[in-house]
Amino acid sequence: MKFQAKSKVESGIPTASMPDIVFMLLIFFMVSTVFKESEGLNVVLPAAKKIEKLPGKRDVAVIWADRSGHISIDDKLVQVDDISPIIYQKAADPLHPMKVVSLRIDQDVDMGRVVDIQQQLREVGGAALNINYSARTAVD
Amino acid sequence: MLLENEKRRSSEIPTASLADIAFLLLVFFLVTTTIDTDKGLSLALPPKGETKEVRKKNIANILINAEGQVMLNEEPIEITMIRERARQMLRENPNLIFSVKTDRKTKYQVYIKVLDQLKQANAQRISIAEPES
Repeated sequence: MKFQAKSKVESGIPTASMPDIVFMLLIFFMVSTVFKESEGLNVVLPAAKKIEKLPGKRDVAVIWADRSGHISIDDKLVQVDDISPIIYQKAADPLHPMKVVSLRIDQDVDMGRVVDIQQQLREVGGAALNINYSARTAVD
Repeated sequence: MLLENEKRRSSEIPTASLADIAFLLLVFFLVTTTIDTDKGLSLALPPKGETKEVRKKNIANILINAEGQVMLNEEPIEITMIRERARQMLRENPNLIFSVKTDRKTKYQVYIKVLDQLKQANAQRISIAEPES
């Protein structure tokens, strides 16, 4: 009897288009990747439920305040009194006028500090300043 | 004769490793991409010098002391109860303004919790009062 050894079984799924798919994914990531601008400080954000997403990532000034009392803007450590002129500069920038200030303050910071920062922001003047207290989602 | 052979030799760069390089770059981007969303509670800070006359009956005073205890209109209240109470008060007086006053030693987390409760109660007018220095 003749059994032809059918050892040559072809798998049949055409994989010729795999590099194409990979290139598509790659181009997607290359286009959508935005590199982080600043490191910021080590901060544990407070938790809240009714949090809203910040409208737009650009035109945002970020102020970090950690529990050891450091305040930083754009990765530079600043004193409380420096906040007002810095934010004023950002708001007066003709190319990218800052619209929102994002306050990333550690949850254990004393309110005295927060109030000082807020008073500095109020001194910037002009129209009412939109601020956003950064928070993480609360899991009750 | 010899020239013919030379012409027929095709010069091809072996592209078998192209897919490998693409995979490597892809894995790099997959690993380093973080979708960073900044979320939080928003508020509008009025500039200095702007004071508005408000009738006393339209103000609800919220005081937070250094221990994190809250008093709403002179009555102590649990933070989790603020939302319901605020909703009730808003139903009675839709023009109510909530004034939040903290101690300098109050923890930021407590302030955010109170603000969160007010936002959950849909309070539109929240004012931040300066603590006594």
